[in-house]
Amino acid sequence: MKSTGLIFRIALVVSALCALSAIAFGQAQPSTTYALTHAKIFTLVGNTIEDGTVVLHDGKIAAVGATVEVPAGAQVIDAKGLQVYPGIFDSITQMGLREIGAVSATVDSTETGNYNPDVVAATAVSASSEHIPVTRAAGITEVLAVPGSGGFDSGGSSNMIGGQASAIHLAGWAIDEMLIKKSAAMALHWPEIETQTFDFATFSRKEKPYSEAKQEYDKQVNELTDWLERARHYAQVMEKGSPAKYDRDLKLEALVPVVRGELPVLVFADRSREIRNAVEFCDKQKLRMILAGGEEAYKVKDLLRSKGIPVILRPMLTLPPDEDDPYDRLLLQPAELAAAGVTFAIASFDNSFARRLGQNAANAVAHGLPYEEALKAVTIYPARIFGLDDQIGTIEQGKLANLIVTNGDPLELTTDVKYLFIRGQLTSMDNRHLRLYEKYSKRPKPQ
Amino acid sequence: MKSSSRFSIHARNFRILNLLCVLYVVFFPILARAATPPDAPAVIVIQNATILTVSHGTIEHGSILIKDGKIAEVGQSVKAPKDAQVIDAAGQFVIPGIIDCHSHIAAESINEGSVSVSSMVNMAEILNPEDIDIYRDLAGGVTAANILHGSANAIGGQTLVIKLRWGQPAAKLPFEGALPGIKFALGENPKRSNFSIPGQPKRYPATRMGVEETIRGAFSEARDYKKAWDDHNKRSAAGEKNLIPPRRDLRLEPLVEVLEGKRYVHSHCYREDEILMLLRVAKEFGFKVRTFQHVLEGYKVADELAAAGVGASTFSDWWAYKVEAYDAIPYNAALMTRRGVIVSINSDDAEEATHLNQEAAKSMKYGGLSHDEALKMVTLNPAMQLGIDKRAGTIDVGKDADLAIYNRDPLSGYAVVQKTLIDGRVYFDRQRDIAERADREKEKKALIDKFKKAAEKKAEEKKPDTAGPSGQKPTEKKPEEKKPEVKKPEEKPKPPQSDGTDSATIGVMPGGAL
Repeated sequence: MKSTGLIFRIALVVSALCALSAIAFGQAQPSTTYALTHAKIFTLVGNTIEDGTVVLHDGKIAAVGATVEVPAGAQVIDAKGLQVYPGIFDSITQMGLREIGAVSATVDSTETGNYNPDVVAATAVSASSEHIPVTRAAGITEVLAVPGSGGFDSGGSSNMIGGQASAIHLAGWAIDEMLIKKSAAMALHWPEIETQTFDFATFSRKEKPYSEAKQEYDKQVNELTDWLERARHYAQVMEKGSPAKYDRDLKLEALVPVVRGELPVLVFADRSREIRNAVEFCDKQKLRMILAGGEEAYKVKDLLRSKGIPVILRPMLTLPPDEDDPYDRLLLQPAELAAAGVTFAIASFDNSFARRLGQNAANAVAHGLPYEEALKAVTIYPARIFGLDDQIGTIEQGKLANLIVTNGDPLELTTDVKYLFIRGQLTSMDNRHLRLYEKYSKRPKPQ
Repeated sequence: MKSSSRFSIHARNFRILNLLCVLYVVFFPILARAATPPDAPAVIVIQNATILTVSHGTIEHGSILIKDGKIAEVGQSVKAPKDAQVIDAAGQFVIPGIIDCHSHIAAESINEGSVSVSSMVNMAEILNPEDIDIYRDLAGGVTAANILHGSANAIGGQTLVIKLRWGQPAAKLPFEGALPGIKFALGENPKRSNFSIPGQPKRYPATRMGVEETIRGAFSEARDYKKAWDDHNKRSAAGEKNLIPPRRDLRLEPLVEVLEGKRYVHSHCYREDEILMLLRVAKEFGFKVRTFQHVLEGYKVADELAAAGVGASTFSDWWAYKVEAYDAIPYNAALMTRRGVIVSINSDDAEEATHLNQEAAKSMKYGGLSHDEALKMVTLNPAMQLGIDKRAGTIDVGKDADLAIYNRDPLSGYAVVQKTLIDGRVYFDRQRDIAERADREKEKKALIDKFKKAAEKKAEEKKPDTAGPSGQKPTEKKPEEKKPEVKKPEEKPKPPQSDGTDSATIGVMPGGAL
């Protein structure tokens, strides 16, 4: 689906030239109104518009349709032969929190200690991270930055409560401009019953009997229950007394929206046993659960559907957990969940591999997931799961103008994103990789 | 990859779990291990396929005739003998089997990390033909792989090329006639930047300067050793009697083979300076570097690589997992290709290897390579780098019938491997795999039930003697749990982490090619 003729390309270049010159690094002036004309528009609500116009004004989608008029003064981009989609939403990342995995000074993803409900991802998101423009160039316009997902910096362990995940636009001079929702979910790592662990202090593998592992697991769950109980008491005190009358506890205060069911918990669990335990726990505690990871969600799909628990799936391009699983176990899962009526999104769970999100979705399609479901799993479904669907996820009048213009299927490996808009602003696709490529392409032959 | 096991057996069934572990050791071959590989029919014809030959373009509605494991005919009008087994590939795409130039599958362990020169160890001696990753990669169209030692040492262990003949014994895995190799490693890994083990002193080298001197030192010794043997052989050939031969040195012997051009050097590297360093050292001692592996800054010194005639085997789009990968760009493969370097895309990872076709496709997006050039990255180019291009890498008469069949153009995220053939045998068949799943599940369940019953019976038999006054049973001695070794290739930043941790975690895990 390469672009058509030379004339078309020249027209395209000329029409966009002045706009592009203004966006070398950041974004153009916010006041600009854009009209994308003659585009094939995948609104993801209702039918695809074969030859339509999208008008972007004041950061939002002002109009979309087959017969929309171009407002006077609008910057027109002739998108004939191109396709418009909602921007891709990568709903679990550590964007801005981790620059170079092996260098702890560049990593702010995981606070020490097991219970950090009061820490907020947005606080530490580096707006000038090189990962942001690289990820953006893959058509990803917004992400959820999630704290406490373990990793190198945390010595390989995960917090029980990692902190608050923040939904951010992948454009802006500073974090305040990038925020979609500062607190979109509370990250919770469901404990496993671990009989084999790795001890970083001695750099050796340790084994323990099941009974001991189970005891430790129970202890962790009890501790969590206790935290939630205390948060409930705290909520009651908050409701009754004025702040001057009680000692503030920032951690409990941060848990109040969780126990009130206002803030969802993003529960990381992969094995069916852990998922079942987590579902039972959240049900009992009346928490709004979102499952993250979910390698074996297919084994408990009826439970997930009946409880209305959505899933953020890790990449399907992952080896199966068990040696005797079918080799394509994780690739088959999205189709199975879709057929069972479980709502799910697909996320990268990473930064440097965020640009593989489309590839993962395409592989899910190759294993039976309907194409439109795959598109929705990286746009409107994650938006809905995190309560952001009034702002992003589809191309509808009134929503934030986060959208991409491509020369083909955005999930396909070889497709290029031609234009990218974040909050209605034409946003640069320049990035570290492109710059290094251009620089060294020009290197003269050594003497 | 996990640092912990994740058994999904419920608490009360724990003793059953123990029994299951024994069961798995005994019966696992039936469950997941390879069945005896199918006998290769003498004559096979693949018909109605789109054949991407790599060497001479695309043949629509073409056929491939295979006789005795070799490609006998390729074209639109191939006459198949009556007794030929027919594979109808209507609407499907056939490509040469994928060759992974950097793999750690089928290996019991991969890092002799205690010394800076571990050239005495050999991957050929620790092949594990039952590694399930062989089958998984086979299902991704991979037919041959370069099985490398890890990157903990400036000069690592000896390496070999295998074919993914799933179900065959270890002795049948090596790619016949392929020259053996040796792993070198430069940069952060051999200087142990990201890995410190508490209580252990730092190992020399700890800088890139020291890495160079480690290699120079080893080759100085190897040169002297070679001279001693050459002198001895000369005198012996001249008829001198009662000569005492030099003492054999198993560490230096492989390096002498490198000096004699009988063993390939595959060197892990990242930064441009260390790439140029090894080229200088190679020149000084008169040996060739066969491939630079990873070579993520290869694009910065592409002309030097091209001039030295060294192959480059890289990742498609990995970056930022450590400092030396911060300048990695997905345009690397294309830029080096444009400057005349033979480039391959490798996996370094059992999962990544299952979609190398897709990774190759990315060089079309990043740097604008043609469809043919992209496909070469995982077929002909790695074959050339490994010196096996006379037998593999393209679909040409006389070559081994190592082929992968996809349901559509393989340079797409939507392509799925349908069959993989090695030496004309169908070693992987997706339909067969799917059809056998129900039976495998049934068999597994039956075995579990059998052992559950056995466990219950055993528990009952024990009851009278063991139930003491307190009603407590003595704890049973737990049999060894069979857990597959956690293997860590290279620094290995695996994209899809299955425990939600970041990719760099892998680098600090145990047992791997740190």
